[in-house]
Amino acid sequence: MVATIWRRAAPHLSRASLSRAACSILTNRSHNFSTTTQTPSPSPATNAAAAAKMEAIGVLMMCPMNSYLEQELDKRFKLFRYWTQPKQREFLAQQAESIRAIVGNATYGADADIIDSLPKLEIVSSFSVGLDRIDLLQCKEKGIRVTNTPDVLTEDVADLAIGLMLAVLRRICECDKYVRSGAWKLGDFKLTTKFSGKRVGIIGLGRIGLAIAERAEAFDCPINYYSRSKKANTNYTYYGSVVELASNSDILVVACALTPETTHIVNREVMDALGPKGVLINVGRGPHVDEAELVSALVEGRLGGAGLDVFEKEPEVPEQLFGLENVVLLPHVGSGTVETRKVMADLVLGNLEAHFSSKPLLTPVV
Amino acid sequence: MENVGVMMTTPMSAYLEQQLQQRFTLFKLWESSSRTQFLTRRADSVNAVVGDTKIGADSELIDSLPRLEIVSTYSVGLDKIDLDKCRERGIRVTNTPDVLTDDVADLAIGLALTTLRRICACDAFVRSGSWRNGDFQLATKFSGKSVGILGLGRIGSAIAKRAKAFGCTIGYHSRTKKQITDYMYHSNAVDLAANCRILFVACSLTDETRHIVNREVIDALGPGGVLVNVGRGALVDEHELVSALCEGRLGGAGLDVFENEPHVPELFFELVNVVLLPHVGTDTVETSNTMADLVVANLECHFLKKPLLTPVI
Repeated sequence: MVATIWRRAAPHLSRASLSRAACSILTNRSHNFSTTTQTPSPSPATNAAAAAKMEAIGVLMMCPMNSYLEQELDKRFKLFRYWTQPKQREFLAQQAESIRAIVGNATYGADADIIDSLPKLEIVSSFSVGLDRIDLLQCKEKGIRVTNTPDVLTEDVADLAIGLMLAVLRRICECDKYVRSGAWKLGDFKLTTKFSGKRVGIIGLGRIGLAIAERAEAFDCPINYYSRSKKANTNYTYYGSVVELASNSDILVVACALTPETTHIVNREVMDALGPKGVLINVGRGPHVDEAELVSALVEGRLGGAGLDVFEKEPEVPEQLFGLENVVLLPHVGSGTVETRKVMADLVLGNLEAHFSSKPLLTPVV
Repeated sequence: MENVGVMMTTPMSAYLEQQLQQRFTLFKLWESSSRTQFLTRRADSVNAVVGDTKIGADSELIDSLPRLEIVSTYSVGLDKIDLDKCRERGIRVTNTPDVLTDDVADLAIGLALTTLRRICACDAFVRSGSWRNGDFQLATKFSGKSVGILGLGRIGSAIAKRAKAFGCTIGYHSRTKKQITDYMYHSNAVDLAANCRILFVACSLTDETRHIVNREVIDALGPGGVLVNVGRGALVDEHELVSALCEGRLGGAGLDVFENEPHVPELFFELVNVVLLPHVGTDTVETSNTMADLVVANLECHFLKKPLLTPVI
């Protein structure tokens, strides 16, 4: 019965974790009725023993995503750096018994291959909110926990989306180049396009989508959105298809999760609907947009402009975009601030420590 | 109204030129080889001057136009007009407030975001192919930062409204304290700078506000602080600003205006923590047309003896 209640409350938990969670609840409940009001804190000796135990736990970091995180993982666990291994297959075979955790990011996660080669894998802790690099189905099947870093990076990504809108419409980077080249001495820059009051269409009204909407509203932008289902508590205008959303927006921003259903959700039809005065902003994932179509639409003037933080094959960026003055191209820096990366790293570390101390995960997905 | 002579000081807007040409006898100051040459021929025919942020109506010009009745500036700023002289002579003055407020506030936020998040440097990084060799360095978060606004007029208030949506706390310094209790008032610019991470300059340029952002204010803002200027170049001591940035005493700057436009201190060009714009605060198609319409409408009202739409004097 407890399991039934939990399944309703936490549908993301697997059966195995449901039972574990249920047991934990029951144990805690019995503590609440005991006569002792204070749980004694662990002694220094207990802490030291626990730390020593953790140091033996093998954690595989997939790429050099953050030096602070790397340092801390190195201190607290037995860290394996995947990117330094010349022969990755052999390495995985050799360390198969030691690796119990993977730390991945938006570029390198845990696909079916890696999961298969690590029989002792218990948890994948992603240094990202996106889960598209993780084989979630495999993780669910094998009872492997998955955590990510939601919320802490929402503001940074939303800020960047607005920054891209302003930079594209007001040609901020082009203007900056114009001044630095000395061209201003020869004449004024041309007129650009006003941002305030433009219709903003958001694909995906999750945490990031909502944060973008709140900011754009302060610029008096009417807000439209497309989502898998209409949201109950908003005054924003819902459109049942991305094409309709694009037809009714001046700026279209991608802010949904990448899944097989949302791959190429921005296709030629959507771009044509957005049109020669429309601007596309992508702060989601490169594969959300049909990149080849995007390049032709921009080069041919069928699309008004684009602000892109993500690409289909990062760090490769189609060179035909480099000559365009109506695009702004960023190297996937959505959450790339000192403040946010530190909080993300602490969340990854916190989740790993919680898991290996048998405590509830902070931000579980599976 | 072809008997009305209107003198435009610079080629500020092709659309405005067209509209004025249709309704009045238009004189273009920039087509003469010198001001003296123009005045010798046309001084008596000029009834109105349309100026902008580059060339307005200074004392000398006003004195040399005996039939001048109205100065209609294609800007909201009045620093290029000798207002005292206009009052003395009974010359009307109009400007273009409100219609450009959003554009300037948008640019101010755009400058803050592009400076803190290094958007222009990132764009250059991608276009140069550098991304293949490694990630860009970490930048600084904008949301939630403490914002200070120098001058809480139309533009300052519009900046505040936008910054609030990013979770920023708002402090301000103004000639007078406003009723708004959400924002923290500071009685001087140094205190304001000491209490914010991003300082927006949005006040008008007058004799009192010249160099209001001086060394003391810049030092108070400090190595973690960013200055954004969408007002006038002369509001900031540019010389001090350049040294502060080069020496790392100020964290960064987003500038749309300079003391001696279009000249920009070349020392800025070596810095990655500055964004430099060629005074484009109101330069969108939408706003420039609306400003032009307002200039023309004010002139028509005056010469048809109707009340002015946006009079200053």
